[in-house]
Amino acid sequence: MELLTFKIILVLALFLLALTIAAYSTWAERKVASIMQDRIGPNRAGPFGLLQPLADGGKFFFKEDFTPQNAEKFLFILGPSLVMFISLITGAVIPWGKTLNFGGISYDLQVANIDVGVLFIIGMASIGVYGIMIGGWASNNKYSLLGAIRASSQMISYELAMGLSLLSIIMMSGSLDLKLITEAQSAGKIWGFIPAISGINWNILYQPLAFLIFFIAAMAETNRHPFDLPECESELVTGYSTEYSSMKLGLYMFGEYVNMFISNAFMVVLFFGGYNYPGIDWVTHNWGENVAGVLSILAFLTKTIIGILIFMWIRWTLPRFRYDQLMHLGWKTLIPLALVNLIATGAVILAFGN
Amino acid sequence: MKLTNRSKVVSNKEMTLGEKIYLPAIFKGMGITFKHAVRTVLKGAPAVYSYPEVQKPRADIWRGQHVLKRDEEGRERCTACGLCAVACPAEAITMTAAERTKDEKHLYREEKYASIYEINMLRCIFCGMCEEACPKSAIYLTDRLVDVEQNRTSFIYGKEKLVEKINARIDITERQSEKQKKAVK
Repeated sequence: MELLTFKIILVLALFLLALTIAAYSTWAERKVASIMQDRIGPNRAGPFGLLQPLADGGKFFFKEDFTPQNAEKFLFILGPSLVMFISLITGAVIPWGKTLNFGGISYDLQVANIDVGVLFIIGMASIGVYGIMIGGWASNNKYSLLGAIRASSQMISYELAMGLSLLSIIMMSGSLDLKLITEAQSAGKIWGFIPAISGINWNILYQPLAFLIFFIAAMAETNRHPFDLPECESELVTGYSTEYSSMKLGLYMFGEYVNMFISNAFMVVLFFGGYNYPGIDWVTHNWGENVAGVLSILAFLTKTIIGILIFMWIRWTLPRFRYDQLMHLGWKTLIPLALVNLIATGAVILAFGN
Repeated sequence: MKLTNRSKVVSNKEMTLGEKIYLPAIFKGMGITFKHAVRTVLKGAPAVYSYPEVQKPRADIWRGQHVLKRDEEGRERCTACGLCAVACPAEAITMTAAERTKDEKHLYREEKYASIYEINMLRCIFCGMCEEACPKSAIYLTDRLVDVEQNRTSFIYGKEKLVEKINARIDITERQSEKQKKAVK
């Protein structure tokens, strides 16, 4: 099989995977919310309500899709499309598993193996702000504009904290390439002296504070509770997506779930060892490359889904941040903490030389 | 001056370091939701009635859809006197009276009967004043639920839906006290 064919199949598979996981995230969200609130979630549309996302998608298709009177038509359509496009395209540089072997040639499970992977993802997250701003502006509605401005200021301030906490990981791994970061977490002794089985030398054991900062920043980036002020119903009448109906609203909401999935995948790559699972070298040695590859994909998806479940768990536990508390947290608390973490990491690297 | 003795003095203490980080409180909160989630998955949701398989229990004298009863010989009790229409606070009952002919003696008790008797279920508030006002023990409220309809005019129930069928009498004696049972004429 040619490389190009494999890559095209991988792109299609990734597209379907991202959309399916986003669709079933909506189902899981409602189920997790319900069991935490002592009730049963959707259980009528198919067994355990598993066909509920299909019903929701169908509902969005059948609604009337209109544009408000003085809205800018091109920008109106561009906003949600941009959000969805950016969310999906960041999945192109994440290594989804170890290699798969077809006909004697090992194929990497990463669509684009560029050597500035981290920078690509951070850049795309910055463009994601555009999608929301354009949506809010093109609605020709001052409340949508207010919502969009608050959303964009929130996202920009938390991008700084995200980038600074990432710097410590990059300093540790020595490169921006996501494949190299993942490979570095598969071998070596934990903390330099505890010998362990392969595939468990995860970055979170070295950088717990960076993980915490990145987690909080990722929740704020994807406009997720408790930072969801831009899109909450009680504060701003759904903010920037007030004037949207039918498929464009579906794209906004769906784009948020795809964004959450990709943010979790990114977090797993950086902190939880990517596709590494304990014993990956032994499996590659004894059971062959394909089995190790498939198991690594499953391990990656399991960790991502656990991350998504933790996001949902936090959503239904905490009350919403007020806007000034949110900005205070971003600028005055997280950025100094990230800088302190950076200095500490630098000092440790200098002292131990590894 | 204190209006009640339930007032609490507000404390304006500064947050301790443990409170300022938010994290211990967040973890405690997450523990509580986790406990609720585990409990719901293992033992089932505590206060959920999965309608229509399980119905919420109703009282014995719960007021539902009306019924116009017949006597032991099968004759309609209602004589279109209009006391129920006057008593109804929502003005939901309307009726048209008619005179009984010689051939209809087995259908109606007295000479006057209701040829058209309509209750607008959307107006009805199920208070039971009509049941209390009726001098002929004709109208009662049962524990049946009113069915779903698709437009407003279908909710105006006529005699076909209200008068009980001869072969399928609706038993309301469990809802009546002894004094009420003796008062049926």
